[in-house]
Amino acid sequence: MWDYVKLVALGVIALCAAIAANYARDLAYMVNAVSVMLVAGGLFLWQGRRVGDEIRPKPALQTEYMDGVIRYGVVATAFWGVVGFLVAVVIAFQLAFPQLNFEWAHGYLNFGRLRPLHTSAVIFAFGGNALIATSFYVVQRTSAARLWGGNLGWFVFWGYNLFIVLVAQSYLLGATQSKEYAEPEWYLDLWLTIVWVCYLGVFLGTIIKRKEPHIYVANWFYLAFIVTVAMLHIFNNLSIPVSLFGSKSVQVFSGVQDAMVQWWYGHNAVGFFLTAGFLGMMYYFVPKQAERPVYSYKLSIVHFWALIFLYIWAGPHHLHYTALPTWTSTLGMVFSIMLWMPSWGGMINGLMTLSGAWDKLRTDPIIRMMVVSIGFYGMSTFEGPMMSIKAVNSLSHYTDWTIGHVHSGALGWNGMITFGALYFLTPKLWNKERLYSLSLVSWHFWLATIGIVLYASSMWVSGIMEGLMWREVDANGFLVNAFADTVAAKFPMNVVRGLGGVLYLTGALIMCYNLWKTVTTAPSRVVRATAVPAE
Amino acid sequence: MDTYSLLRGFADSWMLVVMTLFFVGVVFWAWRPRSRKDHDEAANAIFRHETKPAGDDPESSSEEARK
Repeated sequence: MWDYVKLVALGVIALCAAIAANYARDLAYMVNAVSVMLVAGGLFLWQGRRVGDEIRPKPALQTEYMDGVIRYGVVATAFWGVVGFLVAVVIAFQLAFPQLNFEWAHGYLNFGRLRPLHTSAVIFAFGGNALIATSFYVVQRTSAARLWGGNLGWFVFWGYNLFIVLVAQSYLLGATQSKEYAEPEWYLDLWLTIVWVCYLGVFLGTIIKRKEPHIYVANWFYLAFIVTVAMLHIFNNLSIPVSLFGSKSVQVFSGVQDAMVQWWYGHNAVGFFLTAGFLGMMYYFVPKQAERPVYSYKLSIVHFWALIFLYIWAGPHHLHYTALPTWTSTLGMVFSIMLWMPSWGGMINGLMTLSGAWDKLRTDPIIRMMVVSIGFYGMSTFEGPMMSIKAVNSLSHYTDWTIGHVHSGALGWNGMITFGALYFLTPKLWNKERLYSLSLVSWHFWLATIGIVLYASSMWVSGIMEGLMWREVDANGFLVNAFADTVAAKFPMNVVRGLGGVLYLTGALIMCYNLWKTVTTAPSRVVRATAVPAE
Repeated sequence: MDTYSLLRGFADSWMLVVMTLFFVGVVFWAWRPRSRKDHDEAANAIFRHETKPAGDDPESSSEEARK
């Protein structure tokens, strides 16, 4: 019966998508609709061939963890990581060498179209898949329960990745609602909402049926990430489509309210997607890799609540010296500065987990990666509050300094902790004794670290120079530099930034090779016949 | 009073007090006497049930926790 319901639903979706493609008012919408039609049609055929099969798959055992979807998540994370870094290198060199905005690809592959593709690919595709995969892994292990909802976990994975593919198509074909990090148009936002609610269900369901008395702190961070992102996503995407058959929509908020909602969303995307979610990773994978419990569980509780209470107010610091009321931007600044404390509390908690095991830094490149990641977390959460101070912001805003800051957080903190988690997970998930090669991990570590250093330092120089050039006035009060002068002066720093990106991308490619060889050639773990104690 | 001023006044006074008290409460809760055993048990949850979920036997998880 259930099979027929699925069959009918898929058929209806494919039909509706075909109708939508027929009436489509713009190319992006049409291509999206055709893609949905093909996916639904393909699933319809696949489902149709299975209907009536007598050999039904056995209901999954509750005595095993659901790891299949996590394996797919690991592959997707590595794949989207490479895609995102590749687009990053392309657009970095487009900024240095504008000739790379080729004539024949105008309107599709120039900087303006590729830039949202890069940000979404690294944040939502690479980071999002990493968060979904690791949260599924962590919540099962720390709850001692199989993932709730059966195949719903698979729906979350495929639904999320379908969203990413549709979003990538729509960016290149010019559909955007012009909100940074929230560019997808209304129908894609609706689809993501459905997927996200299922994600919340799977995660919360697993926590509810847990066998452990406590909810481990990593799960608190993951849960805060899922719930808050749902709230942010819905409010920032309140819009009315111009037509049911077109991608264009009009925002419900307007003017400064719209700007405020956008940066409330934007900064909490940083705070809850890129910070809370990844702190969930930190609180599981760092203690596991160090083979010691977290330094202070009490501190982790205070870290969690302080972070949750403070982050949500920091958004207005993105709008200093704009139409925003002064009290709002002062509030944003004050809360950003206060955020320094929980951030460093978390950093200390992560780093001190290694106390008594610092020798692992010499022998274990994965731990080294995680420690550098926490170090970058500390550095960028010091830099961020400093840049949110109005006086500093008047120099740094709109310059490359901001971009350098974002990347020391994204490449250093998010990237490195994710790589560490992937190196941890792959041997476990594919039942291997160890990674294929630790020296390749070292290569990855050094390439990525040097890449980040090149990136961040060149952007500091470039950003501060830019800010100083913009505000320079002569004795009569006239501006000394034209905008184009700053662009010309930034050329060497832009090249160095691009090279930093090449190093980071090379490291990621080495990781993919290493993980591939781990899965295909590393020796399998020997299953012991006798039971061994958990210690 | 218009909605904005009403909500603004509420946010600046009662809501602020409630949230501050909640946070102070969390700190006291974390450092309450005799919480160390609970926290040690929670912190070590990551080292249990690495490969298999706990069985249906309600004793199994707490038993392992005590080890």
